[in-house]
Amino acid sequence: MADTSPLACAELVVLVTDYLEGAMTPSERARFDAHLDECPLCVVYVDQFRRTLDAIGTLREEDVPAPARRVLLSAFRDWKGSRGDAPPDDGAPSTRA
Amino acid sequence: MTGLPPATERVEAAQPPRAAPTPDERRLVQALRAGDEAAFVAMVERYNGALLRLALSFVPSRAVAEEVVQETWLAVITGIDRFEGRSTLRTWLFRILVNRAKTRGERERRTVPFSSLATGEAGDDEPLVDADRFAPADSPWAGHWTTGPRPWAHAPEGRLLSKETTSVVTGAIEALPPAQRAVVSLRDIAGWSSEEVCESLGISEVNQRVLLHRGRTRVRNALETHFDGEG
Repeated sequence: MADTSPLACAELVVLVTDYLEGAMTPSERARFDAHLDECPLCVVYVDQFRRTLDAIGTLREEDVPAPARRVLLSAFRDWKGSRGDAPPDDGAPSTRA
Repeated sequence: MTGLPPATERVEAAQPPRAAPTPDERRLVQALRAGDEAAFVAMVERYNGALLRLALSFVPSRAVAEEVVQETWLAVITGIDRFEGRSTLRTWLFRILVNRAKTRGERERRTVPFSSLATGEAGDDEPLVDADRFAPADSPWAGHWTTGPRPWAHAPEGRLLSKETTSVVTGAIEALPPAQRAVVSLRDIAGWSSEEVCESLGISEVNQRVLLHRGRTRVRNALETHFDGEG
């Protein structure tokens, strides 16, 4: 059953990901938004949560260290060399035995 | 929506979950089968970081994680001819990684399977924000902030993170329990959709969202501690 009582801050903190993920019903979302309309501290909290996501999103993928890359390239060449026939060029799985 | 992943990942994350390779992926598969080394190197450069981060959620050390990732790439090489396109190439790649990392993780450290970890971490009732910061149940302002969040003076703004802030975020993610770390890494760093994460980790949507929430909240808490310390 939908909760129509006003949202408290402690509850908002639990629900913020549901909100940002779009996983709320319209009435749940309205209840959340109504609280933000009157609670500047929760506005700060949600804003900090969003900034946290932005910060996480800037983490760079790490470079492949050179020795590991050499090993992989060598393995790829070995595999290339060990395949007899040319592969099918339509991207379909190989039909060789 | 905020918290968007980098642009190249964002387009894929915004699309509905695919059951088949994208046109780009089909070209890549063709190129790999034709022995195109540049394509292989590009693929490794593109995904290696995400694979490593994810492996670190399962295994105890970076050295072991690197081994698992290396094994994954070798499996890709030998398996690419047999890839049938029943999932996206990326999902296939990460499934190989997840299976290897889980097996290795269980062997190296844990006897608990990942799905149980995920359930445990998601069911954990520990409050993520200190209960002291809210008015108690018998107060007229029950549940409202008493010690609210303070605005961050040097808040992270988009891509202009200082080295220090980056290290706080990285440290916080590394300190997350494994299932939370895996979900946050895949969703917020690698930009996967929730459907892709659930499929690869074998967890429910609700479970995934709880883990995501707990992980993100901990990272936010770490940033708060850091910025509050700056005064």
